[in-house]
Amino acid sequence: MIRLNNVVATYTTVRGQVDAVDGVDLTIPGGKIVGVAGESGCGKSTLLKVIYGDLVYPLALRQGSVEYGVDDVEYTVETKNGRRVTTSNIKDYWFKYISYIPQSSMSSLNPVVRIRKQFVDFMDAEQRKANVLEGIREYVKSLDLPPEAIDAYPHQLSGGMRQRIMVAMATFFKPDIILADEPTTALDVVVQKGILLLLMDIQAHMNNTIIIVSHDMGVHYQTAHKMLIMYAAKAVEFGDSEEAFQAPLHPYTKMLIESLPTIGDDRMRKGIAGRPPSLWEELRGCRFAPRCPLATELCLAQEPELIEHKPGHFAACHYAGNTHQ
Amino acid sequence: MKMNIRLKIGLVILAIFTLGSLILPFLMEIDPSRQGSYPKNLPPSLEHPLGTNSLGQSIFWFLVIAIRNSLLLGVSVSCVTTLTAGITGLLAGYVGGWLDRVLTALMDTFIAIPAFPILIVLSTLVRGNTSFFTVGAILVFFGWPWSARTVRAMALSLREREFISMAKFSGASTLEIVFKEVFPYVYPLLVVAYIDAILWVTTTEAALAVIGLSKVEIPTLGSIIFWALSFNALFIGQYMWVVAPVVATIILFLGIFLTSTGYNQMYATRRGHDV
Amino acid sequence: MRLLQYLTSRIGSYLVVLFIGLTITFFLPRLLPSDPIENYIVQLEAQAGQSMSPEEVEAIRATLQQIYGLEGSLFSQYVGYLENVVLHFDFGPSLANFPTPVNELILNALPWTVGLMGISVVISWAIGNLVGLLAGFFHDHPVATALEVLGVILYPIPAYIVALVLIMLFAYVWPIFPLSTTIRPGPLTFRKIRVILYMSFLPALANTLTRLGWNILSMKAVSFANKEEAYVTYARLKGTQPLKIMTGYVARNSILPQITRLSLSLGAIFSGTVLIEILFSYPGLGLLMRTASGTCDYNLLYGTITITIVAVATAALAIDLLYPLFDPRIRLR
Repeated sequence: MIRLNNVVATYTTVRGQVDAVDGVDLTIPGGKIVGVAGESGCGKSTLLKVIYGDLVYPLALRQGSVEYGVDDVEYTVETKNGRRVTTSNIKDYWFKYISYIPQSSMSSLNPVVRIRKQFVDFMDAEQRKANVLEGIREYVKSLDLPPEAIDAYPHQLSGGMRQRIMVAMATFFKPDIILADEPTTALDVVVQKGILLLLMDIQAHMNNTIIIVSHDMGVHYQTAHKMLIMYAAKAVEFGDSEEAFQAPLHPYTKMLIESLPTIGDDRMRKGIAGRPPSLWEELRGCRFAPRCPLATELCLAQEPELIEHKPGHFAACHYAGNTHQ
Repeated sequence: MKMNIRLKIGLVILAIFTLGSLILPFLMEIDPSRQGSYPKNLPPSLEHPLGTNSLGQSIFWFLVIAIRNSLLLGVSVSCVTTLTAGITGLLAGYVGGWLDRVLTALMDTFIAIPAFPILIVLSTLVRGNTSFFTVGAILVFFGWPWSARTVRAMALSLREREFISMAKFSGASTLEIVFKEVFPYVYPLLVVAYIDAILWVTTTEAALAVIGLSKVEIPTLGSIIFWALSFNALFIGQYMWVVAPVVATIILFLGIFLTSTGYNQMYATRRGHDV
Repeated sequence: MRLLQYLTSRIGSYLVVLFIGLTITFFLPRLLPSDPIENYIVQLEAQAGQSMSPEEVEAIRATLQQIYGLEGSLFSQYVGYLENVVLHFDFGPSLANFPTPVNELILNALPWTVGLMGISVVISWAIGNLVGLLAGFFHDHPVATALEVLGVILYPIPAYIVALVLIMLFAYVWPIFPLSTTIRPGPLTFRKIRVILYMSFLPALANTLTRLGWNILSMKAVSFANKEEAYVTYARLKGTQPLKIMTGYVARNSILPQITRLSLSLGAIFSGTVLIEILFSYPGLGLLMRTASGTCDYNLLYGTITITIVAVATAALAIDLLYPLFDPRIRLR
């Protein structure tokens, strides 16, 4: 569905240039919920921006490319209206073919404009001609929101309702790809669950691809079909979420999972000591090596490639699979 | 301290004017406000860089003294204004409660009431008994509310911050907290307020003088224009008498403002905002 | 609820301002050493070239006291003053134009000031905010920087300098406009309207330019900050057209603090207007004040001051009361 060809995304700052995504090469399949996890600064939000095509200064796609609608078995390219969708023209398809749910629903809605206007003000004339408002009310109702909500101003709705409105906005045109950046962070736990169920429901109905970025492994545990783990701008593990959670190949993934609390398990949660390396420095070898219990000379010298160690399950580690020592 | 371009230009202009006001008077041969020192209405020349006016004065030297006096007034009155604004703002913002309400009501009222008409009345009433000092005192009365509001807003926002609570719990008195913890945040605001006050005081005094309601015997940027207009300088073609102070005023005020906004920009970026 | 709170607090402030303003106007002259009555008597005697008999002096003093409202105790004077002003709108007779009541003079001058100030404020606010919006929205574009520089240069230049420069340029160097305003009394014909517009052009231009810089800079600052807000970013990510973002998102939000600032700065705007009127001899309140000051016509002086305070405060209140129309967060729960 989405092919990432050795993507390198760079930020240009006063201090110089830094590669926030450094050589991610994989195929994201269609019709699944993909969870992207990792610590702050690992590049997951940037990866999302690259996939969305939001490449405004200071962010740029330095190397590589993103291909959309690529069937991962036959490598044929889907087209929209006869045109191939690429990074340069994907802006025309924002919110129609691909959409985005931002982190903070609190401040992502214009406070002085009614919600229903914000539903339509990004549409072009031909779309607006169709009696969209009725359709929107119906749709909003189907998402368990009162249809009058769209006549209100943002401050009149609760945080949970606002987030649902954001989901509604993003899914109204039945996009093939939905990107969600920390969709549950600013919400309380009960509301969180509601949003996640909503997303899963939508995915089941529309059979589209949803990519959820979250540092909260619990979110991925509930929702993801496939997991992508990122560390220091690199993809370190990618595969079915069940496998990733039960039998992780990469030591970092294992440590992330062990930090998840489970009901009934009284053991002390283990945090991960140390911090990710600074991306400003020259990095050699495996970037996780300084914090890795399995690290050897090889790890410090040679950077591991993202290889398919088991069918459909990729990991970037010289000792992949040896995590159960 | 990385200075931006506004601050640099502003400081250069201010430096020229300040140094000029301090040094040049020592080079004067006679008192510029003495009338009839030179032949009247001479055009600009080497001897008289800006010519002479209808009162037989050298426009250049008169302007030098005028600038000096305006700056003196501005700088001194602003001290009092800024001090008042700082104290009231801090008290209102930090102490809160009824004190805040009273002070804020005062501030808002003085902002709402147009100052200039009141100044016209006051100038009329004290005419004859005016000294420069009186004019200054009048200006203080209306100059403080604007900056006081800004200081108050800052003090208000700081009141809730954690390091203030820490100071409180460790037993510091209100006065100590205000001066040791809150003040460093408020200090740059006061610097900007001070510079803005200089601009306001100088402008307002000059405005009063131009219409003849200040102590016009004392050379200031405003009174020089007043005399020029009284003698119909424009009418008789003595443009320099008006143009010179107008140009000087524009450059000086630009300099003051650039310094103020340049400093503000620099401080804001230090705090992490991009202005 | 919020709306009610907002309205009551605004009206409350309004009443406080009026009250303090009137009180200050009342106490101003009484706090200062000079006694206008004695001054007047001395002036009279000097003009007559001789001194009057004690009875004549007493008679004059009594009359003047009555005219000035200086009879009785301070408190009764205060009450009488408030009564006159608030209930009867009576400031007494003008001393220079005796016996013309001050009201009449004020009412003749008021429309000129309101007209001049009104038009200048509206134009200056509209253009300034538009320029500021562009300067803030297109922040990195060189034209935007140029617009901001324009604001920076205009802002510190005071009203009288703007007036003088305009006078020098357009009344002397290129004598298109007259030096001062002379409008003959008479019926309002089309010709008269043309004359009025012609005479008012320079003062209006001066007043507009004086405030333009401030409008540009403050709007630029607000727009620039709002441009970075999450909802603006999100609008962009939805594929909203940039023009729509600039108007519906940035402008709609940036205009709110600008409305509040306008309301607060009416006092300053009025001060500038007064100065400009005086320099152009424009027949408004400003000129009236200056004349009153020159002739020591205290009644006229206090009358104009009071009207000024009331007018400015009322205009500010009007703007404040309109604010909820623009900000749904105040208007609706």
